[in-house]
Amino acid sequence: MIWQLDLAILTLVVITAIGAIMVRDLLGAAILFGAYSFMMCLLWSIMGAVDVSFTEASVGAGVSAVFFVAAVFRTTRRTKD
Amino acid sequence: MKVIGLFIVILTGALLVYATVDFPPWGDPNSPASTHLSPHYIEKSMEETSVPNIVTAVLADYRGFDTMFETAVIFCAGVACFFILRALRREGPEQRLYRHTLTDMTIRIKDASKISADLDEFERIDTLWTPRDLIVTTVCRLLIPFIQLFALYVIAHGHHSPGGGFQGGVILGASFILLAISHDLRTTLKRMREKMNGLLCATGVFIYAGTGALCLLFGFNFLDYSALASILHVDPVTARSHGILIVEIGVGIAVMATMIWIYNNLASSGKYDEGL
Repeated sequence: MIWQLDLAILTLVVITAIGAIMVRDLLGAAILFGAYSFMMCLLWSIMGAVDVSFTEASVGAGVSAVFFVAAVFRTTRRTKD
Repeated sequence: MKVIGLFIVILTGALLVYATVDFPPWGDPNSPASTHLSPHYIEKSMEETSVPNIVTAVLADYRGFDTMFETAVIFCAGVACFFILRALRREGPEQRLYRHTLTDMTIRIKDASKISADLDEFERIDTLWTPRDLIVTTVCRLLIPFIQLFALYVIAHGHHSPGGGFQGGVILGASFILLAISHDLRTTLKRMREKMNGLLCATGVFIYAGTGALCLLFGFNFLDYSALASILHVDPVTARSHGILIVEIGVGIAVMATMIWIYNNLASSGKYDEGL
């Protein structure tokens, strides 16, 4: 593990996680959540869990982001709170 | 209310961080997890199952029962999405928009049940229609076969490299979703009908559970693939490797069908006429 790379990715994980909760535009939240999943996927591949990282890349960053976008498209883009 | 929520979240987070102090260090060979079961898997999985990727051996063979119910959970997610979102009854006559391809004129038909067949000069379009981008459609059409080929590789090569039924199935489903996004939902529905989708979804789980039941019939334990040695005409160790491949294919089929099913229901809000 390279600690500089680790630290940079962990910081991005925290930033994208907080951003996904705080942002008011739901489409933006969906995309931030995809970025969060991708950062987690990088973290797992750094730790050597390649199978988990592969699943996270395909399910978390790929298909679930599409599901979120489809749900936002059929409902509303703005949150109430 | 928000302050209380924030307080609870911070308190729980602090407790969780405090609890991680008790964890063994990362990669510690003396931790409880790496002293009992892990050495057995690392040392014996190759001679017991002849699968080089230990993760696949544990997932589909040693812990095959867990993975079977994981597949069942995916199946349940697809069925739940279908029952919640699918609108089987229509309110009023169906409205359709058609575009004359030669003159770009758009017509609205108030009652779609009056049209008998699709005409060649007219193309059915969505309510929020934008002209198709040539680059996007061409690139997607070129890429999709390779994505599907890669997905099949991921399913079949899960024994030797990272991958397996779940990942390959998701990639295979994503290729159909990409087709639906780059063209429209009806293009995908022509290739993968709704009935086919539900059927494949159940078939995947059936292949998995059926393999386990077949092992029972031969007098072995449930999901003990060495029972299949007599039908596959191989030794019991290779039979376990082949058994893993069979259940991975089942998982791949179930996951692929579920992903397409959920997307179709979500993107058309259960009406199956207009997609994203």
